[in-house]
Amino acid sequence: MTIIDLFSILPVLVLVVWALFLLLADLWASRKLPGLTPILAVVGLVCSLVVSIVQVGKPQSSFGGMIHVDGFSVFLNILFAITGIAAVALAYESFKNLKIQRGEYYVLLLFSLSGMMLMGAAGDLIVIFLALELLSIPLYIMAGMDFNRLESKEASLKYLLLGTFASAIVLFGTAFIYGAAQTTNLYEIALAVSLAEINWTLFIIGAALLVVGFGFKVAAVPFHTWTPDVYHGAPSSVTAFMAVGAKAAGFAALIRVFSLDFTILSENLTAVFWALAVLTMIVGNFTALAQKNLKRMLAYSSIAHAGYILMAFVAFGNEAVRVDSIASALFYLAAYAATSIGAWAVLIAVEREDASRNEIEHLAGLGKAAPLLAAAMTVFMLSFTGIPVTLGFWGKFYLFRTAIQGGNIILAVIGLLTSLVSAYYYLRVVVKMYFQEGDVKVNQKGWSLVVAVVAALIVLGLAFIPELLYKFAASSLIIG
Amino acid sequence: MYPLIFPLALAGILFSIGVVGFLIRKNAIIVFMSLELMFNAANLVFITFANYFQNVNGQVIVIFIMTTAAAEVAVGLALIVSIFRSRHSISVDDLNKLKG
Repeated sequence: MTIIDLFSILPVLVLVVWALFLLLADLWASRKLPGLTPILAVVGLVCSLVVSIVQVGKPQSSFGGMIHVDGFSVFLNILFAITGIAAVALAYESFKNLKIQRGEYYVLLLFSLSGMMLMGAAGDLIVIFLALELLSIPLYIMAGMDFNRLESKEASLKYLLLGTFASAIVLFGTAFIYGAAQTTNLYEIALAVSLAEINWTLFIIGAALLVVGFGFKVAAVPFHTWTPDVYHGAPSSVTAFMAVGAKAAGFAALIRVFSLDFTILSENLTAVFWALAVLTMIVGNFTALAQKNLKRMLAYSSIAHAGYILMAFVAFGNEAVRVDSIASALFYLAAYAATSIGAWAVLIAVEREDASRNEIEHLAGLGKAAPLLAAAMTVFMLSFTGIPVTLGFWGKFYLFRTAIQGGNIILAVIGLLTSLVSAYYYLRVVVKMYFQEGDVKVNQKGWSLVVAVVAALIVLGLAFIPELLYKFAASSLIIG
Repeated sequence: MYPLIFPLALAGILFSIGVVGFLIRKNAIIVFMSLELMFNAANLVFITFANYFQNVNGQVIVIFIMTTAAAEVAVGLALIVSIFRSRHSISVDDLNKLKG
C-alpha cells in the first residue's frame, strides 16, 4: 500500500475517519451542544467533496486493481457527497420534528455514504460486495431510526430481509464468476473473456444471478415489492437519502460490472434488460396512479425512474453507443437525485410530528400557505414528468436519444407513453396545491425549505447548460 | 481429487433450501437462518474453486463474507428483539402495518 493508493480512496477515507471521530465527538456534543454533530457531519462531507473534485481528470487504478478512480467514480462521488449534505440538513429538521434527534444517525449516514463512494470506484467483485454491505447495513438501521413507531421498525426489518436476500444472490453470482474466470477482478475477468479462457456455463449462471441481485438493489420490477413499504415506513429524511443514494449506488455497480465484463453476453442480456425496463416503467407508473399517500406515490415514481435508467442501459453491448449509454444513465441519475431530494424536502416541510399528514390530500392549499414551497414542488413535479426547462426533461431527452441510437425505438416509444401517463399523477399534485383549499401548516423557517429551494434552482439552472453536465458524465468509465 | 460437480451441487441445494425457506417460512429467526444458508452456500462455492484452482483469493473472500454476515445478523437480531418487545410476535406475517 503506497501513498498513491491512499490518495485514490481519499474521499472514502475522509468519510470513514470522520465518522469514527464523530462517534467520539457526539458523546460529548450530545449533552453540551446537540446541534454540533450534524454541522460536523457536513464539514466532513464538504472535505470529501473537495477531495473528490481534486480527483477530476486523474484516472488511476490502485490496490492491485481493486479500486478504479475514473470519471465515472468521481461523478458519482460528487453526486453522493452533495446528496449527503442535503440528507443531513433534512434529517436535522425532520428528526427535530419527530423528537428523535440522535447523533448516531449522522455517523451511520457517513458510513453509508462511504460505502456508496466505494461502490462507484470498485474494480473487483469482492469490493462491490463489501461496498454493498457497507452502504446497506447502516441504511437498515437508519430506516428503523424512528423506533417509537412500529411502521419504522417494520420498514427496517423488511428492508433488512430483502436487502440481505439480494446481497446473498449477488454473492452467489460472484462465486460462480470467480469459478468461471479464476479471478474476481473486473478487468482480469474482461481479459479472460476476450481470450475465451472461461467456463461459459458458470459464467452465464453468475451473470444471471447478478442481474437478479442488482435488480433488487435498484428496485426494478419484478424485484421491487419491498420498495413502497420501506419508503413509506422509514422516516421521510431517511427515505430521501435512500431513494437517491442507494439507487445510484446500485446502478453504479450494475453499470460498471455489466459494461466491463458481460458485453459478450449482450445479445441475451439485452432482451432481459429490455423486458426489465419495460416492466419497470409500466408497473411503476401505473401503480403510482392509484396512490393516495404522497410517500407511496414517490416510491412508485422512483421505481418508474429506475425503469427509465435501465432503458439507457439496454444498449450497453453496442460499442458505438456505450459511452452515451453510461453518460445518459449518469445524467439521469443526477437529474433524478436533485428532483427527488427536493420533492422529499417539500414532503418533510408539510409532515407533522407524528409522521402523519403525508397524503396527497394534505398538500391542498399549499399554494397560498407557502408559495415558495409550492413553486419548488411544481418545478420538481414538472421535472419528474420531463417537461422542458427542467433537468428532468434533458435527462429523458438523452435517455430516449440513446435508446433510439441503440436501435430500441419501441422501447423509446414505451418510455414516452409511460411518461405521458406519469404526467397525470404528477400534475395532480400541482392541481391539489393551487386549486384546492386546505389547512396545510408548514414550517417556513426550516432547513427543508432551504433544501427545496436550492434543489429547485439546480433543477432549473442546470437545465440551461445540460451539455456541460452531460460532457462531465461522458468522461466516464475506463474501458479495457 | 473429487469431481467438481459434487460440492457445486451441494452448494446449489443449500442455496435452494435457503431461497425456499426465505420465501415460505413465517418466523423471522428462521428466515434469518435461511439467509445464512444462502451466504454459506456462496462460501462453499468460493472454497471449492479456491481449492480447485489452488488460488488463495477464494479463501480470503470467505473470511470477509463471514464478517459481513455476522454484522448483518447483529443488526437483524436487534431489530427482531425490538419488534418483539412492542408486538410480542416475530412472525413476518404480523408485519402488516404498511400496505397500499
